[in-house]
Amino acid sequence: MKTDVEPKGGPTLQSEQPSQLMFERLRRLTSFREFMIMAIVIAGCLVMWITTPIFMTFGNWSALLLQVSIECIVAIGMTILLVSGGFDLSVGSTFAFAGAMTAMTMSSGLPPWAALLVGLAAGAVIGFCNGFIIAKIGINPFVTTLAMMSMVRGMLLVITRGRNISGLPESFRVIGQGNVHGVQNPIWIALLMVLVGDILLRKARFFRQNYYLGGNERAAMLSGIRIDRLKIFNYSLTGLLAAFAGIIMTARLGAASVTAGTGLELKVISAVIIGGASLKGGEGTILGSFLGSLLMGILVGALTILGVDVYWNTFVIGATLLLAVLIDTFGRSRRKLP
Amino acid sequence: MSGEHILELRGITKDFPGVRAVNKVDFDLRRGEVHAVVGENGAGKSTLMNILGGVLQPDSGDLFLDSRPVRFVDVADAGRNGIAVVFQELSLVPSLSVAENIYFNRQPTDRIGFVASGKLHKATQQLLGLFNLQVGPARAVAELSMAHRQIIEVLKAISLRPRILILDEPTSSLSATEIDRLFDNILRLKSEGVSFIYISHHLPEIFRIADRVTVLRDGKIAGTFGIGEVDEESLVKRMVGRELTNMYGKRISQIGETYFQVERSDGDTKTAFNLRLALGKGEIVGIAGLIGSGRSELAMEIVGITPNRQCIVLLNNQQFRFRYPAESIEQGVVYLTENRKELGLYLSMSIQDNCVAPTLRSYTNRLGFISDHQIGLAALDARHRFNIATPSVRKLVGQLSGGNQQKVLLAMWTGARPKVLIVDEPTRGVDVGAKAEIYRLLRDLAASGIGILMISSELQEILGLSDRILVMRNHRLVAEFSREEATEEKVILAATGLAERAKKLSGQEL
Repeated sequence: MKTDVEPKGGPTLQSEQPSQLMFERLRRLTSFREFMIMAIVIAGCLVMWITTPIFMTFGNWSALLLQVSIECIVAIGMTILLVSGGFDLSVGSTFAFAGAMTAMTMSSGLPPWAALLVGLAAGAVIGFCNGFIIAKIGINPFVTTLAMMSMVRGMLLVITRGRNISGLPESFRVIGQGNVHGVQNPIWIALLMVLVGDILLRKARFFRQNYYLGGNERAAMLSGIRIDRLKIFNYSLTGLLAAFAGIIMTARLGAASVTAGTGLELKVISAVIIGGASLKGGEGTILGSFLGSLLMGILVGALTILGVDVYWNTFVIGATLLLAVLIDTFGRSRRKLP
Repeated sequence: MSGEHILELRGITKDFPGVRAVNKVDFDLRRGEVHAVVGENGAGKSTLMNILGGVLQPDSGDLFLDSRPVRFVDVADAGRNGIAVVFQELSLVPSLSVAENIYFNRQPTDRIGFVASGKLHKATQQLLGLFNLQVGPARAVAELSMAHRQIIEVLKAISLRPRILILDEPTSSLSATEIDRLFDNILRLKSEGVSFIYISHHLPEIFRIADRVTVLRDGKIAGTFGIGEVDEESLVKRMVGRELTNMYGKRISQIGETYFQVERSDGDTKTAFNLRLALGKGEIVGIAGLIGSGRSELAMEIVGITPNRQCIVLLNNQQFRFRYPAESIEQGVVYLTENRKELGLYLSMSIQDNCVAPTLRSYTNRLGFISDHQIGLAALDARHRFNIATPSVRKLVGQLSGGNQQKVLLAMWTGARPKVLIVDEPTRGVDVGAKAEIYRLLRDLAASGIGILMISSELQEILGLSDRILVMRNHRLVAEFSREEATEEKVILAATGLAERAKKLSGQEL
């Protein structure tokens, strides 16, 4: 992740012996959460491959990734929020609301691209409201986004009168249903966004500020970070990404459902935490969140293939989350602060 | 041991990492006396009271209560032995009522075990009557002024019916009439046989109320006197009397032109106080004053942490009113907080990430991307220049010692190429070795032309390092001394508000 600074002589470096540096590098690599999850993902895949041949087929992976991809797009925003010490419970509602807005405006004759912009704008506005209330008025993220979750879902029901919206044009559905080289569009889109997002959060100064904000909010303010603006941006971005994911989902199903995205917020937060972020803030990467989503997807896929009752899925997701946090807590207690 | 002593301390010693806070202290308290304890900040008063109150355990030495050896394992244990402490930091729960705070965890109950609120409120009302306080027992403490909270704290201690009552700066937010009430109550309880240990910076109070006074200096007893045997000036001399060592170094360059000024005028807000100060290039100006005199508040207004429209900053003849630290940092006016753990550093992040926190922009290319390689090099350079003791700049700052943390804070802010550096308690919680290094760093920074405002509660530091000394009291500048004319006595007299004497001694009255 970070470039190592090589000892090139000079008075500062006596203590950084080569062997120590190697050890340090190794320690850092193995303490990477990404490294751990990657190992678990690979090990899980190997076991599944050996026991059930169907697991490693193109069809299975295509279905699995399609499911994961839509969650992943939401997880990008959620990761940035968790890194900065916040979180958002309203993403599931925003997801459904934006899909419905796009579908309705399209049904009433708007061209697909314009309808898409309407949906995205709706998401960004919801996110902006969250951010404004949290940063400027100072109500905590839990209460604010919990209320927003209800309000947005309620608005959705009012606008749609509780009915699903179908009959969307082919030119719109292609976003979710088309494929390139046999791989469905949502997967391409999600992979591209994860890649760009991961680089931005690691390397771009603007996004990097979130680690400081999440590490110590008051110190960040004293260090000259405009924390209110940054928070509002983060929530707006998360709203926008949730909306985008909701629109892709609508395109894929060819219809907007009023119950879409129910429980999505908890699934996404779980994936992000499994991927190495902490609710205390200051930690997490988008790559980690992607792997966290993937791990949960593989787990559910494996349970299905193994013929485990589908009702166990939710339980297993919860247990995985708890296990991930437990492992992390024990790993952490060894390097206690003095 | 004679029976007139209710409490005796013999050879009490307490060490903290890097410092012996209390060193072989002998102390006794007679039945029904008010025994004042005075000393500078850091002289060991609070540590000693924490030992008496059961908060801390002494490393060695003996405590005798009624000539019986005792050892208090915790606050409740001290309480059972009849010792109550009113600490400087108030310990009330703001969301609870006055009555619930006073009778915290020992509310009168009825037969079923429910709180008997009638009884509770009646008892509280009686206590409030002692201070003639017009406050309902059911009012939430959060709604009360600081002065009333301080009184509630005293009442809470009185309600425990202690035999020994320890008061640590009990008058810091009280008005003159409230202080009179407090003293009436002390005299009444005294006549009932209660003994008092009374800690205060306000020497006149001590001469009003105390029977004897003990001076603490550097953790040791510097003398115990009957109140008739001493006057204020001789007490002050006892408190500070020590040779300055040369750990502060010498000025190594000339002071340049005045380039930084602050003017704060009386506005419509209650907190604004007239104030004007100026700083020259390469000059170190010390700001002395008691805790709560408004020094940190002033600094936070200057850099825009708590923006004040009445606070105008003139830097190189340009006028600013900073609304956010982001703005002051951009102009090169930076503030190093006294509270490095909560406000200054990112404890869960690495040294290198901390070092570049305010200056991320300078490690960013045109596309907005950060170079971690550059950050690492800068951190290694800082480790060398500030002599930060760490095997790796990737170590978490929370794992460093206090002195090294303070150096990281200095590295972090000098990296921002400041024009003006405001340091607040730069050596708090730092051991002697690191202190000397920090002084050397401040000297070097001044030599490079940076003007430094140094807020400190350590008088030696102020006197040893400053070219000029400003004294604040009650949010105002009350005195200014040049390096030559300043003495510890003059500064203390000005800071504690013995204004008449300060006027006589001070070269310039502001």
